[in-house]
Amino acid sequence: MMNFAVDIRELRVVRGGQTVLHDVTAQVPTGSVTGLLGPSGCGKTTLMRSIVGVQKVAGGEVRVLGLPAGSAALRDRIGYVTQAPSVYGDLSVMENLRYFAAVLGAPREDPERVLAAVGLESKETARVDRLSGGQRARVSLAAALLGAPKVLVLDEPTVGLDPVLRAELWGLFHRLAEADDPVTLLISSHVMDEASRCTRLLLMREGRILASDTPRALLESTGAADVEGAFLALVGAAS
Amino acid sequence: MSLRRTAATARRVLEQLRHDPRTIALMLIVPCVLISLLKWVFDSRPQVFQSVGAALLGIFPFIVMFLVTSVGMLRERTTGTLERLLTMPLGKGDLLGGYALAFGAVALVQAVLASWLTIGLLGLDVAAPVWTVVLVAVLNALLGMALGLFTSAFARTEFQAVQFLPAFVLPQFLLCGLFTPREQMQTVLRWLSDVMPLSYAVDAMNKITRDGTVTGGLVADMAIIAGAGVLALALGAATLRRRTE
Repeated sequence: MMNFAVDIRELRVVRGGQTVLHDVTAQVPTGSVTGLLGPSGCGKTTLMRSIVGVQKVAGGEVRVLGLPAGSAALRDRIGYVTQAPSVYGDLSVMENLRYFAAVLGAPREDPERVLAAVGLESKETARVDRLSGGQRARVSLAAALLGAPKVLVLDEPTVGLDPVLRAELWGLFHRLAEADDPVTLLISSHVMDEASRCTRLLLMREGRILASDTPRALLESTGAADVEGAFLALVGAAS
Repeated sequence: MSLRRTAATARRVLEQLRHDPRTIALMLIVPCVLISLLKWVFDSRPQVFQSVGAALLGIFPFIVMFLVTSVGMLRERTTGTLERLLTMPLGKGDLLGGYALAFGAVALVQAVLASWLTIGLLGLDVAAPVWTVVLVAVLNALLGMALGLFTSAFARTEFQAVQFLPAFVLPQFLLCGLFTPREQMQTVLRWLSDVMPLSYAVDAMNKITRDGTVTGGLVADMAIIAGAGVLALALGAATLRRRTE
């Protein structure tokens, strides 16, 4: 059980009368960098919200680190980055991080550490609403790194970032996953070429999981040259 | 509830205000300007200022805090910071307590400033000790904050949040006894006025200007204002859901 940091069984979510997730079953292995890939609107964000325990669910079960999603004991062990940066625009970068660190009970020097991790040391005193979109996204990511989260759920964290920075962030994600006390990362993207940077993939379409495998095994089983090709092959096979 | 998280939240709310000096200026100066204007408008009939001046000292903090909190909390909801906080080990009590501490402190400054102006400079006669005026004003500010917090749950946009001011506050303003003594109103209006918390703010301020001591009636009015604030906070807490659609 515990070799899966996230274990989802027959999860069904209904929003506004529409079924958004159709009995989704999926696992995220501990210490993996799992990519959640699929087109915009396929239910990635809803699945992530269910994992962090803020989504009302209609059926099924989600367990994180062996506990039901949303348990109070998980609240300082999951870092969650929403698609739109959820930080205070009218505070400086450092004021934001200090507040979230205090809420989490993280060590005093933690804000400096996470700021360096996302490469924003020079913006410490800048007001968040004066930053670019990409910089704001990094502040939001930095806040999720505070404390010692065991699971990171990141909703499109690298959208719109400079390729150099994107490579750096993926490097950071892998270092976290390969640490002695590994962090499990679930990272969503609608950009298929980010797939090659993941150790595992969950492909999603229209509220269903199409495939759950390593990138290499996925290409071999479909005979496709890239993940986009594999996605098309799987959709073709399903219909 | 944790003291550390509550204090951190209060500090964060005050830091947000500090970055917005124009809002601070509006919160502190507008009530003073309006009260001065009132004094001037009724220059030839000083008894009007004497009869409503104190009531306004109770009503302004209520209105200002209602507005600031409803928009502030709506922003927390729409920008996703509320959802982020609720995935963290932050209790609802920590969040509400933090807001109450921060806005309570601002309300205290506002009340001291407005009372000093109204009583010290403009010469409003107050029979009871001045600290009772400040206390009633701060209680009203906290009541306004609690109601603002609660109503923000029903607004989708800042436009709607601002429109809740006329919807929630103006009826109370009309019925609280400022324009007509409550005992002279028609029965139905009197009943309505009895269940609106702002009426007790005006009752309390009237007792303060009239009676030289802290009477049982004044204490009862203050208890009703505080009780209504606690009730609104509890309703507000019920609107902070960790799980949403």
